[in-house]
Amino acid sequence: MTTRVRSRTVRDGVGESTARSDGIPKVDGTYLYSSDLYMDRMLFGATLRSPHPKAKITKLDIGPAVAMTGIHAVLVGDDVPGLNAFGLETPDQPILASDLVEYWGQAVALVAADDPETARLAVEAIEIEYEVLEPLTDPEEADRRDSVFHRARCRRGPQDVSGAVVVEGYYEVGMQDQAPLGTESGLAIPDGQGGVDLHIATQWTHVDRDQIVAGLGVEEDMVRVHHAGVGGAFGAREDVSLQIHLCLLALYTGRPVKMEYSRAESFVGHVHRHPAQLWMRHEADADGTLRRIEARVIIDGGAYRSTSDSVVGNAVYHAAGPYRCDSVAVDGVAVRTNNPPCGAMRGFGAVQACFGHEAQMDKLADALGMDRVDLRIKNALGRGDVLATSGQVIDTSAPVVEILERLRRMPLPAEDLSDDPRLLPGGTGLTTSRPMVERGVGYAVGLKNLCFSAGFDDYAEARVAITPFGVEVHTAAVEVGQGLGMSCAQIARTVLGIEDVVVYYDDTSKIGSAGSTSASRQTQMSGGAVMEAARMARQIALERGGGDELDGEGVWKDGVLVTPMKDLVGRENIEYHTRFHHPQTEEPDQNGQGNVHVDFAFAAHRAVVDVDRELGLFRVVQIDTVQDVGFMINPRSVVGQIEGGTMQGIGLATLEEIVVEEGVIKNPTFTDYLLPTFLDAPPIEIEVIEEPSSFGPFGAKGVGEPPTVSSTAAVVAAIRDATGLELNRTPVRPEHVASAPL
Amino acid sequence: MTVNGEARVCDVKGSESLLSALRDYLRLTGSKGACEQGECGSCSVLLDGELVCSCLVMAADAEGSEIVTIEGLGGPELHPVQKALVDSGAVQCGYCTPGFVVAAAALLEENPAPSSDEMREALAGNICRCTGYGAILRGLETLVAGR
Repeated sequence: MTTRVRSRTVRDGVGESTARSDGIPKVDGTYLYSSDLYMDRMLFGATLRSPHPKAKITKLDIGPAVAMTGIHAVLVGDDVPGLNAFGLETPDQPILASDLVEYWGQAVALVAADDPETARLAVEAIEIEYEVLEPLTDPEEADRRDSVFHRARCRRGPQDVSGAVVVEGYYEVGMQDQAPLGTESGLAIPDGQGGVDLHIATQWTHVDRDQIVAGLGVEEDMVRVHHAGVGGAFGAREDVSLQIHLCLLALYTGRPVKMEYSRAESFVGHVHRHPAQLWMRHEADADGTLRRIEARVIIDGGAYRSTSDSVVGNAVYHAAGPYRCDSVAVDGVAVRTNNPPCGAMRGFGAVQACFGHEAQMDKLADALGMDRVDLRIKNALGRGDVLATSGQVIDTSAPVVEILERLRRMPLPAEDLSDDPRLLPGGTGLTTSRPMVERGVGYAVGLKNLCFSAGFDDYAEARVAITPFGVEVHTAAVEVGQGLGMSCAQIARTVLGIEDVVVYYDDTSKIGSAGSTSASRQTQMSGGAVMEAARMARQIALERGGGDELDGEGVWKDGVLVTPMKDLVGRENIEYHTRFHHPQTEEPDQNGQGNVHVDFAFAAHRAVVDVDRELGLFRVVQIDTVQDVGFMINPRSVVGQIEGGTMQGIGLATLEEIVVEEGVIKNPTFTDYLLPTFLDAPPIEIEVIEEPSSFGPFGAKGVGEPPTVSSTAAVVAAIRDATGLELNRTPVRPEHVASAPL
Repeated sequence: MTVNGEARVCDVKGSESLLSALRDYLRLTGSKGACEQGECGSCSVLLDGELVCSCLVMAADAEGSEIVTIEGLGGPELHPVQKALVDSGAVQCGYCTPGFVVAAAALLEENPAPSSDEMREALAGNICRCTGYGAILRGLETLVAGR
């Protein structure tokens, strides 16, 4: 991989793979996750959940639970003092369902008890009866009945354009789980004055706070949300799960309350990646020039809205992929059903779109008799081109041609002749043998919008203080493991020239919102805020110290130290607080047109897969990628994001799907919902392209999502290449490969 | 039982797992629960020198045993595996990390110079959702190569 080394004046500044401050506590077991929190006299919460995807509650008697020893609270919907509703974009989901349950596993009642086992028994003791209703579980039927959260559309260019060659396809993407290893957990501590402190693994403390205060019916400053150690997120923690429940129980009992979901409960406790159905039609000239793209997308939002409106918008805007085309018609719909609610997961609509458009590009290349990569290069977007869907000019780095050229030049793995079962599809079960194996190679390229779009007031606050003891960076941004704190410290070091930097993750009462740790946005947004605040703090220091340069020793003028640090900040710290905004975006017009997105990042993958066609077994031998990253503030973190994101895409291609039958999740365990293990992880060669973004500290772009967008499509393309099968659904299952006629 | 070299008494109610005894009774929260089914390895500990998923062991069955958890693995210095994983960037959210550290330490105890494929096979019972395993493998390869 390529790493540009920047000249620097301070150690551990930007461009270096610095050590993370939480590294040692995380390897020695002392780092405190939300599930590790403990307090004397704390109670344990548990949740009664609906066993039906749709039903009327006809009887709810908490008496038998209340009568049990060791029970301190049993709460139902009527006990919610404020608005009995929450939701990330629209409050449409009851905090506790009162009359009607609309998905399997919906929360109905809460218990707080002396210990977890008693809490569980009390949940079982609650007497509840339902009148079971017919659930709506078919997304196409929901579309026909207009059971819809949101419809999104794009129309651009003349609509009567056609090309010499036409390909059509129908594609499906299964429901993926974020499966962070830490389940939902937290600790709520009442303050004795009607308020509460919540310590929680989340992605956005301020938006949690806003939903909690609405539910409790209290003033904003009565609730303080603190960011506790997060065991992975990937979108699963952007929505409220147990936050409001914990605060309700803590305020009701006057005691600290802890809750921790089991793995099975976690599967119903958070939203998932939307399953999608896509119909696509591409028309091109004989030379491969794309003339017309039509697409229709249905995503299943499940029972409540969450971010479905934005996800379907994103699926529509990404439906044409990173390609030029001047005649586009895309329609998307997020339907409302009685399936599990879906919302944010890494890639956010772009993953589903990419699976469709990249299959189409392969089909089109084959129909044209063109090389599959050549066709992509011929139509690739570049800086200054127009995004086919929204019509906005791409005014950021868009090195799609270079990405594809470099990916194609990376060496392919040697033909594997070994009979080592670890290197064969199916692994050590000795199910296949080398002569049965065919190898396939698949390419896919995708794009991902960065930060929040469509006119949303997207900002992040940060405060930088120069003190006699070093620099403090304050932020409410959530570190989910990606290394954000490290990047913020690096930015502060480089701007201030001071090495001693500590990042503080403030609670919601101490600083304003940093926005969500999602949409690949924090490096640019909170990183941008830290950069702005640090620059201003430096300016103040130079003015106060009467010089032209700042470092850890103090302020210098013409190479001479004129104001040592102890004099500069001995009496008063230098502080600067900022609210950083990215360039304003626009709400789209009725045709979906406008400057809807602020920035994009691009990536491509090439997968090499061995397939035993007869048994339907496959193994990803290698996957290589080239990604547009702007600038690497921390190269090792960038590599970590690319490797981890790619693996989640491989998971969606080969293993991972929440199986839902008539609204019921059939596999809510890690025994039945399979995640890639070490043996499923192929070698990954990574190259990055560092071409500065339109905004973002030192030209950095967010890097978290692009690796997940194109990896799934590349793996499935490789299986198609090996087998010649259509394989229009992901994840690919052995029966899709083995049952097809040879 | 003996936990990290210290005699500990743990009066469990009955059906609790060893993981629960360690976390909820002895407040040793370094071992993590994530799947409760022995699929993910986050709760890995050494039981009389054997690598086990502590969520699958009944606390009562560990009576009289010698347990080593993540808290007991290093001394005043980090265990070489801990250092290797920090240095290679194998830590992201870190929730799986204690389990990986214990499992990798057990592997190196048994086989001081495993090949990369042996490492991958030995650690296939530990799930990491963040890293894609690359940095974990590089860390252990560097450690073994430097010995």
